[in-house]
Amino acid sequence: MISLKYEAPSSLGDAIALLARASGTSRVLAGGTDIIVQMETDLIEPDLVVDIKKIPELREIAIENGAFRVGAAVTGMELTDHPGFCKAWPGVVDGVKLIGSMQIKGRATMGGNLCNASPAADSVPALIAAGAVARVAGTDGTRDVPVESIPIGPGKTSLRKGEIVVSFLFPPRPARSGDAYLRMTPRTEMDIAVVGVGVNVTLDADGVCAAARVSLGAVAPTVLLVEDAGAALVGSRLDTPALDRLARTAAAACRPIDDKRGTREYRIKVAGVLAKRAAVLAWERARQNP
Amino acid sequence: MSTILDRSGFNPDKKLKIVGTSPIKHDGIDKVTGRAKFGADLFLPGMLVGKILRSPHPHAIIKSIDKSAAEALPGVKAVVTRADFPELPKGSVAGDMSRNAMAREKALYDGHPVAAVAATSESIAKQALKLIKVDYEVLPHVIDPVAAMQPDAPILHDHIRTKGVKDAADKPTNVVERLELKMGDVDVGFAQADVIVEHEYDTKPMHQGYIEPQGCVATCTEDGQVELWCCTQGPWVFRDRLTEILKIESSKIRVTQSELGGGFGGKTGFYPEPIAILLARKSKRPVKIALTRGEVFRATGPVSGTKSRIKMGVTRDGKFTAADAELVFQTGAFTGSMFFNAPQAMFTRYDLKNVKTVSYEVVSNRPKVNSFRAPCVPQVVFGVEGVVNELAQKIGMDPLELRIKNAATEGYKTIYGETFGPIGFVETLMAAKNCDHYKSPVPQGQGRGVAAGFWFNRGGETTGTLNIAADGSVSIIVGTSDVAGSRISISMMAAEELGLPVDKVRATMADTQSLGWNRITAGSRTTYSSGMVIIDSARKAITELCRRAALIWGVPEEGVTFEDGHCRPASTNVGDFPPLSIAEIAGKTTLTLGAIAGHSEMNVTGAGPGFGVHIVDVEVDQELGRVDIKRYTVVEDAGKAIHRLQVEGQYQGGAVQGIGWALNEEYIYGEDGRLQNPSFLDYRMPVASDVPMIDTEIVEVPNPRHPYGLRGVGEVPVTPTMAAIANAIGAVIGMRPRSLPMSPPKILKLIEEARAGR
Amino acid sequence: MSRKYHVATTVNGDEYEYLCEPQQTLLDILRDELMLTGTKEGCGTGDCGACTVMVDGTMICSCLMLAVEAGGKQIETIEGMAKGEELHPLQRSFLELNGSQCGICTPGILIAAKALIDRNPDPTETEVRYWLAGNLCRCTGYDKIIRSVLAAAKEMRGA
Repeated sequence: MISLKYEAPSSLGDAIALLARASGTSRVLAGGTDIIVQMETDLIEPDLVVDIKKIPELREIAIENGAFRVGAAVTGMELTDHPGFCKAWPGVVDGVKLIGSMQIKGRATMGGNLCNASPAADSVPALIAAGAVARVAGTDGTRDVPVESIPIGPGKTSLRKGEIVVSFLFPPRPARSGDAYLRMTPRTEMDIAVVGVGVNVTLDADGVCAAARVSLGAVAPTVLLVEDAGAALVGSRLDTPALDRLARTAAAACRPIDDKRGTREYRIKVAGVLAKRAAVLAWERARQNP
Repeated sequence: MSTILDRSGFNPDKKLKIVGTSPIKHDGIDKVTGRAKFGADLFLPGMLVGKILRSPHPHAIIKSIDKSAAEALPGVKAVVTRADFPELPKGSVAGDMSRNAMAREKALYDGHPVAAVAATSESIAKQALKLIKVDYEVLPHVIDPVAAMQPDAPILHDHIRTKGVKDAADKPTNVVERLELKMGDVDVGFAQADVIVEHEYDTKPMHQGYIEPQGCVATCTEDGQVELWCCTQGPWVFRDRLTEILKIESSKIRVTQSELGGGFGGKTGFYPEPIAILLARKSKRPVKIALTRGEVFRATGPVSGTKSRIKMGVTRDGKFTAADAELVFQTGAFTGSMFFNAPQAMFTRYDLKNVKTVSYEVVSNRPKVNSFRAPCVPQVVFGVEGVVNELAQKIGMDPLELRIKNAATEGYKTIYGETFGPIGFVETLMAAKNCDHYKSPVPQGQGRGVAAGFWFNRGGETTGTLNIAADGSVSIIVGTSDVAGSRISISMMAAEELGLPVDKVRATMADTQSLGWNRITAGSRTTYSSGMVIIDSARKAITELCRRAALIWGVPEEGVTFEDGHCRPASTNVGDFPPLSIAEIAGKTTLTLGAIAGHSEMNVTGAGPGFGVHIVDVEVDQELGRVDIKRYTVVEDAGKAIHRLQVEGQYQGGAVQGIGWALNEEYIYGEDGRLQNPSFLDYRMPVASDVPMIDTEIVEVPNPRHPYGLRGVGEVPVTPTMAAIANAIGAVIGMRPRSLPMSPPKILKLIEEARAGR
Repeated sequence: MSRKYHVATTVNGDEYEYLCEPQQTLLDILRDELMLTGTKEGCGTGDCGACTVMVDGTMICSCLMLAVEAGGKQIETIEGMAKGEELHPLQRSFLELNGSQCGICTPGILIAAKALIDRNPDPTETEVRYWLAGNLCRCTGYDKIIRSVLAAAKEMRGA
């Protein structure tokens, strides 16, 4: 802490350069709702903090070829106040809305939520279920990767030194698509998810599920994309057997731990229950989207 | 000399103008503008930041402490260790207090203070802490009290031998005391019962959860005079304890109380204050210590967790015949849990003649517990009211009806030896039975639970002063900390006595130099006791006002009465004088005859017991085990609600604290004996979206020992809450929980057990 | 010793300048440097809302913003809520309906409630509860807080 430096570059190139050449520990500061807490509780003592909020690309919500590109440092409030994005991706918005309190959402960002790499991060399951792609920039240039490849373990990402997540590109939204995110917490707000489930479905013209992605949070070292669970829905009309298959595959994919927020046993049970409920909600939204 | 208590003059027909209304409290303006000064809000020139080094081990011998590197760091002005605390015998009250403030021979819990620094900035202070080298010899630890009772458990204190056990073995134990409290003959009683219910219950430790962490500023002059600004529930008690452990004369310590950002019993004992004083003494500069939330959870007093076995018997036509309980309380690293409250209060609302209780207090490697509202009682009422409910079910009687049938009334002799005066338990039960909530049908899919609670309510040593200014306005000085609007309630009583608008009265909380000794703000005693002494002071001032009116009119003193804010001739024989207002008398005579004042020092007695009945409807998500509180009503006897909105606020606040305790609040320890959830993120108190509006019914069965009939209301509202919610959950899922907190995984397990038909 | 940063900012319409260490938060500076102690520290980690302030019109926990980030920003704290002698309707409502007991959570709650009413003049009880979920209160059980907010909102709509 004694040697901490704070920098607030206004260009992506400057930010990358600062991070690439930093010796010691460095951290990217977006909303600070994880970093500052970790500094306050003496979990980390960075030598350099790079504030990325002055970099325009990270702060914009734009339409690109009919799809949304959201800057990694757009705050939760800004995103949930964007009517177009809320209409297209209500499930992602469900997740963002559950990141802490209204005060937290005034600062918290999806980029921070992803790169903090908590297995219980609330915006990540829906982000993965949506099939979002992260644009990463570093000294070697830019690369686009599925968001699920970023977190590799609790508190660890695949980002190399000097790399920053710049933005998220969401796929164009086909007709009859809907997504949802539900989580289990003991209180109604303010808790870390004991289990989180993101479901994204697209229905065909006959109301049969044409595509589905299911993602589980807080039940493994990283947020999981459960392909079997998505497959359990494809070709169905979300009837009881399909929902039961979904619940079983979701539960089977869990590799949870016992910790102060939930036991293994409880998480596995709840994963199945929530997967069903999230699927029903996503389905309802899909049917209302011609 | 007869005291105000003998001639309280309680008159149920007296028309009250101010008492019973809800004026805006005078300290409210500071609270809504941010002006109110709490413990951490004082700044003095040259002030240093104090920070405390804490043991990371739950149990360890402290072999040595090397502070030299810390002292050498530029910006560090003082370092304090156990060497700076006077030596006090182990196992004495003062010795325990000193060792809780800073470890001496051993660190006894994760978070136990072992050293402290004062420096010119927080970052330097934190850096200095890292430079202090403590050599620990780590010992095995024990957290759970039942485990701590086992013969092979690690021993915390060599000197503890179990009190209350005849021929206790002369070897160290963690069982501090065995307390047996009984009356009648339970064997005879149970033999008379047609139905007996017996179960075991357990509760986890929880925290009072005040939003303001402890904060204080200490100064010390070169000649040893100490000033301490702090948030506290007892400035005089703090001062006296500081005298004992720091060996500084009481008259050389002035404790000034700040506004209190919540206490609920948790600020009846000190934490950083002795350390701040020692740092100030060493550095000769003001030192502020404000605890972080993590420190509050790790190292201030939690609320006892318990294990209990409770058994009651009833006849087929609904009369309780006997009650029996065995209780274990954890007190943390040092004795002082007030566990005796539990056997005294747990059954004490029912007309029981045969009761036997055996209670144990056990130490373990956790911070020393501190009081919460109704210390040690809600935990066991959680069980008692479950047993009562089950007895009602088994004999097919309405749960309130069973309680009405067995309600204690005036003249009942309690297990602790006092006989009840007029009490309002029956009235409270009847009010609950007739309230909107209870009469309305239980909504589809929900379950309803009721439970009853009791608290003794206390009096105690209290002092106060009332001064009338030359313009007739009034200032009152009280010593008790204001935890919930006691200042306005006491001002209202003074205004009522003096026949003045309440706006003419202002209350100040005194520091320890400015007023005589006051017991802590606790036991629901404040409005009652400080009210009593201020009323007494007012009546003395009225006597002086009448004396002066007599002088002004040239008539004997007996010829003057006081009514409606004015001195009047007692009869037409005395003379035809127009009434004199307080302002007129004060204006005419202050310069010549001096101040008009009254003061009072009393060990206030006559506090009337309080009773409450709670009704709650819950919904349970049967796939997740999550409980949703849908509707909640608190019915409680206030004797007389001085300030109605304040009283409602006490009921509502207590109920929601109980909801948190019931559903989610608990300390979680790892195998390593360290607290895993020292933050509001994982210590889960109710947030605004977790609870509905809390309806309240104020019952008023006056306490005739008080001039306005009031009873304390602060603690009763927490006593039946967890039991009521557990009873409601039981009504939904078919299994009544017996373990707190009733968190979702535990409820889900019970649902599965119920389905499996167990 | 870490270097200090110079920051110029505006709080409640007044210009301030201060020096801060990089790890100090806006909350630290408001209280310890600017002597604006109305904003409280309940937890330091964003879990209790006692430190709620407005920054450029957004409600945040001041314990989760570095002081060094505040340059050029418009900050509003409880001290700026009353206008001269005139209390904000929310402040009056809390006084009349007893929405404040010990008062430690009150500044944060007032700032948060004002932010809600400014963007949604007619909130439902549920909307108020969820908006205020980040503001812990241990004394009141929230009942009279919610009533005070709803009453103030009603008055402000009618006025």
